[in-house]
Amino acid sequence: MEVSIWIVMAAIGTLTFLTRLSFIALSGRWEAPPLFRSALRFVPIAVLTAIVVPELVMHTGTLDLSLTNARLLAGLLAILIAWRTRNTVLTIVIGMVAFWVLQIIIK
Amino acid sequence: MNTSPSSREFLLGVRDELPILLGVIPFGMIYGILALSMGLEAAAAQSMSYLIFAGSAQLMTVQLVGAAAPAAVMIITGFVINLRHALYSASVASYVQHLSPAWKGLLAYLLTDEAYAVTITHYRQEGELGHKHWYFLGAGLALWTSWQISTAVGIFLGAQVPASWGLEFTLALTFIALVVPQIRDRPSILAALTAGLVAVIAAGLPYKLSLLTAALAGIVVGLWSEQKWK
Repeated sequence: MEVSIWIVMAAIGTLTFLTRLSFIALSGRWEAPPLFRSALRFVPIAVLTAIVVPELVMHTGTLDLSLTNARLLAGLLAILIAWRTRNTVLTIVIGMVAFWVLQIIIK
Repeated sequence: MNTSPSSREFLLGVRDELPILLGVIPFGMIYGILALSMGLEAAAAQSMSYLIFAGSAQLMTVQLVGAAAPAAVMIITGFVINLRHALYSASVASYVQHLSPAWKGLLAYLLTDEAYAVTITHYRQEGELGHKHWYFLGAGLALWTSWQISTAVGIFLGAQVPASWGLEFTLALTFIALVVPQIRDRPSILAALTAGLVAVIAAGLPYKLSLLTAALAGIVVGLWSEQKWK
């Protein structure tokens, strides 16, 4: 495990660097097809949402859409704040405080 | 103090990056804390911050370490999460075309979400292109330095933060803060809804493969709706 995590980190690091370098290195010699460029726009949206939603509605492994799910309620509040303010720090701080308060209330 | 055009641009880049660091520093600390709690050694946790140098991919990798996912799944997942950087690369390519390969390599290494946001704004302003790569370097290095330091602080604090605080929830909150402002039209709403729904439906798949399935579904639906309502 200890050896393999270093290989994993080096591999992701290399792939990430090559991704960042891609068009800079190719500049002028290759234009990306429009479909590819459009697809890239949806990558962070799809990936990050796919991480967040299960974290909110099934943290314990089973689906929980009830009002006693502190993560879901705090997450919805954070989504509202992020949407209205676009402020990263505010979203994290208020979301976390809400999560702690809700945990105490629900218990 | 040296006031050559290049050092002036460099300092301007550092200065413009400072407000963004307010959001990055807690993020780096959270990463450091989570990395240790998922069983990573301090040396590996710190090294990931300069080897990968991408917050969301690092947080995901650390989660997959916690889930004992196979190496191939971690590598593919990290690669897909970081694919968005190709978009930034395409966007700045024409501005750095005149630079040497060494400069291109250095700036590519520093091309994060946060450095890109500041740098592209500066490139799009009026003025000569001549020294603007120093601005890019200033913004990139300011971010790099604070990322390494905040990771170290997180690793240091990590041992002292009890699990009952539920600090891993900050991961979801950070991603909410990153993704919500990007959702602003019908295709992006549909992409997000699809990805979220598929992630829940496919949750039974091993090693968080549901993540890749959901991401792919979200991208396809986003593209489809963009074509449909253009």
